[in-house]
Amino acid sequence: MPNAEKKNRAELMDFDTALELFEPVLGFEVHVELNTKTKMFCGCANEFGSGANTNTCPTCLGLPGGLPQVNKKALESSIRLGLALGCEIAEHSRFARKNYFYPDTAKNFQTSQYDDPIAHDGSITIELESGRLVTVEIERAHMEDDAGKLTHMGGATGRIQGADYSLVDYNRGGVPLVEIVTQMIEGAEHDAPEIGKTYVAAIREIAKALGVSNARMEEGNVRCDANVSLRPRGSNVLGTRTETKNVNSLRSVERAVRYEIQRQAAVLAGGGTITQETRHWHEDTGITSAGRPKSDADDYRYFPEPDLLPMAPSREWVEELRLTLPEPPAARRKRLQAAWGFANLEFQDVVNSDLLDAVEATVAAGASAQAARKWWTGEIARLANVAGVAADSLVTPEQLAALIQLVEAGTLTDRLARQVLEGVIAGEGTPAEVVESRGLAVVSDDGALIAAIDAALLGQPDVLAKIRDGKVQAAGAVIGAVMKAMRGQADAARVRELVLERAQAIE
Amino acid sequence: MSEITAEQVAHLAYLARIDLSPLEITNLTHDLGQIVDSIAKVSEVATADTPATSHPMPLTNVFREDIVVPSLTVEQALSGAPDRAGDKFRVPAILDEE
Amino acid sequence: MPYLTKLSAAALSDLLVRKEVSAVEATRSHLDHITAVDADLHAFLHVAADAALETAAQVDARRAAGETLNPLAGVPIAIKDVLATRDMPTTAGSKILEGWVPPYDATVVARLRAAGLVLLGKTNMDEFAMGSSTEHSAYGVTRNPWDRDRIPGGSGGGSAAAVASFQAPLALGSDTGGSIRQPAAVTGSVGVKPTYGGVSRYGAIALASSLDQVGPVSRTVYDAALLHDVIGGHDPLDSTSLTESWPSMAVAAREGLKDGALKGLRVGIIKELSGDGFQAGVTQRFNETLALLVAAGAEITEISAPNFEYAVAAYYLILPAEASSNLARFDSVRFGIRVNPHSGSLTSEHVMSATREAGFGPEVKRRIILGTYALSAGYYDAYYGSAQKVRTLIQRDFAAAFSQVDVLMSPSAPTTAFKFGEKLADPMAMYINDVTTIPANLAGVPGMSIPMGLAPEDGLPVGLQIMAPAKADARLYTVGAAIEQLLEERWGHTMLSQAPALTPTEMFASEEGAV
Repeated sequence: MPNAEKKNRAELMDFDTALELFEPVLGFEVHVELNTKTKMFCGCANEFGSGANTNTCPTCLGLPGGLPQVNKKALESSIRLGLALGCEIAEHSRFARKNYFYPDTAKNFQTSQYDDPIAHDGSITIELESGRLVTVEIERAHMEDDAGKLTHMGGATGRIQGADYSLVDYNRGGVPLVEIVTQMIEGAEHDAPEIGKTYVAAIREIAKALGVSNARMEEGNVRCDANVSLRPRGSNVLGTRTETKNVNSLRSVERAVRYEIQRQAAVLAGGGTITQETRHWHEDTGITSAGRPKSDADDYRYFPEPDLLPMAPSREWVEELRLTLPEPPAARRKRLQAAWGFANLEFQDVVNSDLLDAVEATVAAGASAQAARKWWTGEIARLANVAGVAADSLVTPEQLAALIQLVEAGTLTDRLARQVLEGVIAGEGTPAEVVESRGLAVVSDDGALIAAIDAALLGQPDVLAKIRDGKVQAAGAVIGAVMKAMRGQADAARVRELVLERAQAIE
Repeated sequence: MSEITAEQVAHLAYLARIDLSPLEITNLTHDLGQIVDSIAKVSEVATADTPATSHPMPLTNVFREDIVVPSLTVEQALSGAPDRAGDKFRVPAILDEE
Repeated sequence: MPYLTKLSAAALSDLLVRKEVSAVEATRSHLDHITAVDADLHAFLHVAADAALETAAQVDARRAAGETLNPLAGVPIAIKDVLATRDMPTTAGSKILEGWVPPYDATVVARLRAAGLVLLGKTNMDEFAMGSSTEHSAYGVTRNPWDRDRIPGGSGGGSAAAVASFQAPLALGSDTGGSIRQPAAVTGSVGVKPTYGGVSRYGAIALASSLDQVGPVSRTVYDAALLHDVIGGHDPLDSTSLTESWPSMAVAAREGLKDGALKGLRVGIIKELSGDGFQAGVTQRFNETLALLVAAGAEITEISAPNFEYAVAAYYLILPAEASSNLARFDSVRFGIRVNPHSGSLTSEHVMSATREAGFGPEVKRRIILGTYALSAGYYDAYYGSAQKVRTLIQRDFAAAFSQVDVLMSPSAPTTAFKFGEKLADPMAMYINDVTTIPANLAGVPGMSIPMGLAPEDGLPVGLQIMAPAKADARLYTVGAAIEQLLEERWGHTMLSQAPALTPTEMFASEEGAV
């Protein structure tokens, strides 16, 4: 372990003991990156994965003379997100400059919102695994632009520490963000880590349901800063909080909150004090390390952005947007589980695999819910996993529904259906077309089956004798031979029936 | 007489990322004191019921449609860079070496 | 053809349209004159001779092919170095941008090119437009063509001197607190600050975003109007750009030449912009001009604008605050120079700080520190917040005034051109010099400066400032053209024809040798 990390490795108190001595108080700042076509303040493409610095212009590069223009779609998405979080939408909102120097911030100020955020005073209720309902109050949701991306070069680990120099790509600079800030969350108790995880999951799910963000945490579309402080039991004085930055997976949110509670408890119990500071979460080692202490140096000198004008979204527009809100994800889940009659585990499997939309659409296209679930979380998920892609990118719900219908009509066996699925994925056409072109339909012509059965029985006289003697299990060998002769395209149950029938009938 | 100190000026210079020399700090402490004395009178007339004006023209709701326009080429974007590596801007290390 | 440089843009345009003179000839005349006089005056930071001649040749070819072009096509123009030009260095008079060629054109520059004007080069200015004398340029001072020992005004001293010394008939300036009008006044030229939002700021290196406005510099009101018509109008890249369709300023200026144009005009004289602190000769010429206006049928009313007293104070809070933020981008990462610290580690922060220390001049540092202070936690309400309230009060003063009168008038500057170094040691003395021009920027209303004579005590030009309500820029051109005509009839000549003859550089050098 490098020395720096050894130094960072803090004493931890056992979680339960920590909770006996202290009450955790939480707060979250979640950044949601909007999926608009263009950036927040210029017409450059908002695109992940383009060549470095290809999506830049005088405005987002902060060149002298560049000026911002507000993306109306970004405002619309922010308002819809605010509404979905139960927020009031401000009648008067404006941008402000947050002044600080950092090489990834092209203008050396962030265009954000200060005293007039677009949305404020909302709340969402989340459900923990225990069934406990927790209402998280939202203080505000405000718009701002993202910074560019730094790559640290040289040094041992590619981290900022020990780097020789850094490289800047401003493609992400100016991408629209909505920052959602909670009120203090008290009374979390032992559930604190789970509340963190479930809250961030809920925000992600809402943003995705609204279609305002790609909401992929692994691509940084949703990023969480977690604030944690501890209050000694019996005290009503809030403790000093730390802000753990950029916790970028649901599991990490849970781990980081737990870690900070255990770390702070150990410091406080040892007679130490908590420094108000930003901390960095290390996914690999599962610890947080001290960043910059908060001080006067954080004098951001906010003032109203003079290059942009105030926004006054009309009440009519806000109400129009309210009508476009989808069903809240939690309510939708309840409704779908009941309609489909899934057991909890079955339903969780669908949700955790991110296949709720896919199953719903497949059912809507005419498949049974159980069959849709079985295919999506089974064979398709397996193939997707092998290919390293998302399951819902392999086939459409309509294609799968058609396939399921062929199985239910007896045209295909499950085994044949898997072959048809391969054909569909390979782009050979609809399931019906693949059945046709590959000649995969179940042979349901008894004449052809009888001919094959008779040939098989006569070819194995000893087996025929055993069946005639009532040793029905001997039929297996004949069934196998028939299925082979039919190249699998027969319904095994029907073959079995006919074998028993022909064993008595043939001469 | 204004209360501006050299320490304050040094702190402002840090916030503004200007590595002022000690002589400059002395001079600016003096200048700033004089200037602030002369301009502090704005608070005489700025009563609580006077609204602030941040823009000379009272416009609202000026927006751009979400339509992509061509960006600069990478060469244009990097044309003024004091230092670059490939298609990225190169900057000195962000943290001090330990 | 040296006489071509003496022509107004309109007169030159007539010759070009009639093909009596080619754009190449006109351009070459101006380039020759620049070569002759500018080594001494130093109005230009960059002269783009080859590109100018090429543009001129293209205009000639298009005219020859029978294309109908903008009347100003082929007319040379000088560009203040605050405007981004993709083929010329753009430094804003600062060391920190030395040699920087932007990858794009400011909207106004693009409009000039589209109209076929010939861009001669970039003009000198106070660094980042901070100053009233062009003494704060990192590239040396510009001399006043009327007196080489005096300032040409600022920040746009280069544009004003270029026009006043016949190196260009037209120039672009930018006016944050008087940087077009005050140089016009002290060089005997014409300068207009349009209504805020009337001309795009996209590509103009920002000093104070809520105060900056780009505008025309010329020798006649009509020329300024022709240029205003080319550069004005809505630009979606500047969110503060006004969307209205504007009347032709050139048509408005021609209205002013008609008989009786000033009859019944209600003129307000601002009590607070007179008296103590105004040079006697300035006050005298102002009063004479008013008498002339009365004789022409105008009505003069004295108006009080009580909050103008606080304008300079509010301005020197708002401007540095916005500037401190606007100038943060000069960080040695994406453009501009990079300077390593003399000592200490080579971190990004230290390199930024060393670059800004070496790249910014004393006045820029002074204002950045002042602005950083004004925005700091604990001071915001008392300073920046209060200044914005003063802004409201000044707007109300203007509204009250314009409910009684059509235009407001004052001297453009309290004094004629002062000598180099006279106010450098005392920043406040320099700041107070802007007292006449600042209120229009705070309120966003348009203002114009035209020459109104020479001060008897020093023989230097005195400017008349005319202000109109927001969006009534056309009124300025009508009134300005009328007064210009009235004054020139009385004088029997134009103001600039009285400027001392400039000695070509070579001769000047030999003369110096002789002495």
